[in-house]
Amino acid sequence: MITINGKLVSDADGLSLAQFLAREAFLVSRVAVECNGEIVPKTAYECRKLADGDILEVVCFVPGG
Amino acid sequence: MYPGGKMRIKINGKDKEIKCGSLFKLKAESGLGSDHLVVILNGFQTNVDLPLNEGDEVVFIEKGKMPGQDEFEAMISARHTPQVYEKAKRARVAVAGLGGLGSTIAVALARTGVGTLHLVDFDVVEPSNLNRQQYKIKHLGMKKTEALKSEIEEINPFITVVIDTVRVMEDNVVSLFAQDEIVCEAFDNPDVKALLVNGVLQNFPGKKVVVASGMAGYESSNMIRTQRLMKNLYLCGDGETGARVGRGLMAPRVSICAGHQANMILRLILGIEQE
Repeated sequence: MITINGKLVSDADGLSLAQFLAREAFLVSRVAVECNGEIVPKTAYECRKLADGDILEVVCFVPGG
Repeated sequence: MYPGGKMRIKINGKDKEIKCGSLFKLKAESGLGSDHLVVILNGFQTNVDLPLNEGDEVVFIEKGKMPGQDEFEAMISARHTPQVYEKAKRARVAVAGLGGLGSTIAVALARTGVGTLHLVDFDVVEPSNLNRQQYKIKHLGMKKTEALKSEIEEINPFITVVIDTVRVMEDNVVSLFAQDEIVCEAFDNPDVKALLVNGVLQNFPGKKVVVASGMAGYESSNMIRTQRLMKNLYLCGDGETGARVGRGLMAPRVSICAGHQANMILRLILGIEQE
């Protein structure tokens, strides 16, 4: 089980962060991701595997300012 | 009691030793009339007589009279909660993007007395900015950094404004924001928002970022809120109402979001990390 934005998700274990973001239709260019309290650099999205117990915060920005 | 019934207070920013007493007594002793006089005690404007205590800060302002330079800063900050101006003065904040959010945030922080404001934007002022940004017709065609710097000098001349007229990109984000304790994201473009947030949080574990997302249109004001989403990331906005074809950006909602950002920045300056 992985916690994503405060919700438990059971079918993301083993996916890379890039695969997970693509599956959830996030635009990678607009996101920032923190995993277990540390920001994940964009260059690590492909190789970072989601593992049981991970706590993920994905922030996706919308236009306007 | 204090020796000889005396106490130390500040009057118009200057340390004074006075006999114990009250606001009205002090006013009479200072030879100030009551017409057109503003009386402020510890950030609160009052027209009643209140007792004075050691350490109090009193400001007397004669309306319509230009104060001397030595008293002016104390008068500007007279309605602040005590000690806020002193802490704000030691702070340095970057505002990246000087549109509806950034120009409004920068003006709010200048009024709050943030000692150093670092303003970053590449663009010039054009007419469609006037519906929500803190610029005037006289600024059309000027760099936003320069226009805003000149506005801020007219509001609070006691702060330092540092400007960088550049686009924020991956290869300059580290050098641009190296000296800023708090970075305020106020761009329009979500890719640039993400670039700034990632760049600062990855490279500077000690810095705080206050970002905005979701303040377009005229949805309810009450949807806009401040959330601490990561250790060093605060997000203001409703998180979802983006600008798009058919949904614009207007002063009321953009300023609400800017107010959220400016207040979160002030809280961080005061050492409060809670949203």
